[in-house]
Amino acid sequence: MGLAFFVVLVLITVISVYIFGAHIWWPPHAISTIGPSVDHQFNLTLILTGVIFVCAQLGLGYFAWKYRDRKDGRKATYSHGNNKLEAAWTIAAAVVFIGLNLLGYQIWAKMYFTPVPPDALQIQVQGQQFAYYFRYPGPDGKFGPTHVDKVDDATGNFFGLDRDHDPDSKDDIVTATLGIPVNRPIQLLLRSKDVGHSFYVRELRIHQDLVPGIEIPIHFTATETGRFEIVCTQLCGLGHYKMRAFLQVMTEEDYEKWLQGQVAAQ
Amino acid sequence: MAEAHAEAAHQHHAPTKFIWKYIFSLDHKVIGKQYYFLALFSVVVGMILSWLMRIHLGWEKAAIPGLSALSPNGAPGGVMTPEYYLSLMTLHGTIMVFFVLTTAPQSGFGNFFLPIQIGAEDMAFPRLNMLSFWTTFVGLLVLLATFFVADGPPLSGWTSYPPLSAVGSASGPGEGLGQTLWVISIAIFCVGSLLGAINFIATTLDLRTKGMKLMRLPLTCWAWFVTAVLGLLSFAVLFGACALLLLDRVGGTSFFIPGGLIVSDKIMPHSGGSPLLYQHLFWFFGHPEVYIAILPGMGVTSHIISCFARKPIFGYRAMAYSLMAIGFLSFTVWGHHMFLSGMSPYSAFSFSLFTMAIGVPSAIKTFNWLGTLWGGKIRFTSAMLFSIGFVSLFVTGGLSGIFLAQPQLDPMLHATYFVVAHFHMVMGVAAIFGMFAGTYFWFPKMFGRMMNETWGKVHFWTTFVGVYCIFMPMHFIGIEGAVRRYSTWTDNYLIPMIPVHRFMTVAALFTGAVQFIFLINVFWSMFKGEKATENPWEATSLEWSIPSPPPFDNFAGVHPVVYHGPYEYGVPGAEKDYVMQGSPEKIAAT
Repeated sequence: MGLAFFVVLVLITVISVYIFGAHIWWPPHAISTIGPSVDHQFNLTLILTGVIFVCAQLGLGYFAWKYRDRKDGRKATYSHGNNKLEAAWTIAAAVVFIGLNLLGYQIWAKMYFTPVPPDALQIQVQGQQFAYYFRYPGPDGKFGPTHVDKVDDATGNFFGLDRDHDPDSKDDIVTATLGIPVNRPIQLLLRSKDVGHSFYVRELRIHQDLVPGIEIPIHFTATETGRFEIVCTQLCGLGHYKMRAFLQVMTEEDYEKWLQGQVAAQ
Repeated sequence: MAEAHAEAAHQHHAPTKFIWKYIFSLDHKVIGKQYYFLALFSVVVGMILSWLMRIHLGWEKAAIPGLSALSPNGAPGGVMTPEYYLSLMTLHGTIMVFFVLTTAPQSGFGNFFLPIQIGAEDMAFPRLNMLSFWTTFVGLLVLLATFFVADGPPLSGWTSYPPLSAVGSASGPGEGLGQTLWVISIAIFCVGSLLGAINFIATTLDLRTKGMKLMRLPLTCWAWFVTAVLGLLSFAVLFGACALLLLDRVGGTSFFIPGGLIVSDKIMPHSGGSPLLYQHLFWFFGHPEVYIAILPGMGVTSHIISCFARKPIFGYRAMAYSLMAIGFLSFTVWGHHMFLSGMSPYSAFSFSLFTMAIGVPSAIKTFNWLGTLWGGKIRFTSAMLFSIGFVSLFVTGGLSGIFLAQPQLDPMLHATYFVVAHFHMVMGVAAIFGMFAGTYFWFPKMFGRMMNETWGKVHFWTTFVGVYCIFMPMHFIGIEGAVRRYSTWTDNYLIPMIPVHRFMTVAALFTGAVQFIFLINVFWSMFKGEKATENPWEATSLEWSIPSPPPFDNFAGVHPVVYHGPYEYGVPGAEKDYVMQGSPEKIAAT
């Protein structure tokens, strides 16, 4: 039985380490400025926990085997413990766990405590059951006010704009795709129309819940062009699984062309 | 003092009428069994729900026989709708977390064995005890009723976040009466838990027999005690959250619902509330809750590993203090469920620091279990196999917590299958292994008969390999971004993962089927198992010094006296390789 433990735990350990190490399933390549540091912290955590995983599982299996009752009449080693060992591994665990987190704090700070660059492009994101819509402020750089009683999905007025009476709303651009220029700071203003939702783009390493009643700002800079899935990760009802949109990162030229095309479609 | 209290607690005499003996019993042993069987029934229901979920995740168009009978709307022709998947998922989580993991480990085994292990005749408040069980039972009935109401069970998950859970049927199917009944069921469960917690705390503090100093308590008693304190402090908050949510639903209030919401094209009449308030209240309960689910299993693991390694537990005091440290710290970490929720990002520093800190006493426990095995003389009984298995699973589950404790990694991992892997490993598997270990260990004492050890070993090996096959792959797809609580896979990057889901489904169905070996073993052995002696495992704690099963008042009118700590195994110079707690045999100081 002890040997069985050792063999099974070796197998579990080897197979798991292989799958992690060979990146058989792995996050997609990061395309934001914050991405590499998140990935570095993830890899560091994976290596540290991997070492602990291997040592603990193999140690457990080995002890189960080595210290089996060999029916030789001897008693087990009578010991109530070892305070020096306790102190040593307590301190080691504290240093490793807390140190690992402290190392990563600067990444969190970069995500949330660095001020938005003044040239950032502001885009409003609205999550609703079961789609995302995006609003650009247009040439005047201002978002017009929204009116709850003017919201009408049937006519595409997802934000409740009153273009006839609010001058700031006249040039607002509402889209179903999040188009952004590459290498420019973007600030997203996240809101929800109905229940809780979330905004997640794997490749950006950006993830933020959309909370009804609050507008939450996040900012990032994309470093590569391409088309990426935006998925909802906060349970929002029966259509949660299919609530998605696409992030289109384009060159500045392509972005301007795209935006003009969206203006025409308003 | 302890003796006077012990007399007072057990003023009732052994009942003879069936209804007082088996239904509304005041005897902690009967109540412990009632909780245990309630949990056993609940885990079978919860497991069947998980099979239905897993079949759908692997084969979304599968027509499941019988499902349309349960819900013609939810599964027309047996094919699950997305909303019905979410409803089954909600009930799976709710039943497992509350009616399995918060009942059997604490109120099941704890009720049966806490009084005996401390040398008492019963719990401090037998009537409260009986009430707490029947309250919990009513809570389960109300929850199960949601299957049969018109719009079906709620679909908002076991966490039930508002506004989804607060605005009523406008937000989705099942969000009408089903959600209201869910809230009421959980509120009733809170009351039952609070009554139980008070009982455990009073019993541990007041009813210990002569010589049973706190530092001689078996680690099971320490675990039950700390768990009860967690329950007392956290369930009160959940009750508050449920009350406020119920008022938002039926009382026209807006505790959790802000203004200006448009749900299903209707402007909601609420204003001024905060969805984040609910999350804080829920997780302030929710984090201690998961420690309520695991601490008793840790206590049982320590108790069993020491017994079957024939060695004292390595570092008894460290084990007791680490239980207390985990308990205390569990109240400081709730925000790690909310890093991306919109709460102040500054708070993430505090919540993550404490979350990392809670890993330290958990690591101490793991080291000490290994230290107990070292130099041991291991007997591989079924109970021991499950306890060693617990250590392996707790290591795996705990290590994924190291990732999730870091807010800077949360953008990658939040709400992915990595989280699902983590909590299933620690709760859905490790804690369950604690319950299996406890069953195999204590069955002889509870029922006076032995379980079949051969089938116990078969149960262990198939389940141990099976659970790794089900839950290890979830870590991998989670890292790649597989989102949780999706009923169907339609995103470009999720479709290629369907083969992994099918593998996990096959593993889940196989492992689930194997649990019937355990169930048959339990029920067959209750009636036909070999008769058990007083101390079949040669264990040291007080429950092994009385007959199997115990007499009505446990110690037959004798007040046991305790001379030693709980884990005197392998004592040099002793007559046998163990010295029982209640034995006056002297142990030479080492």
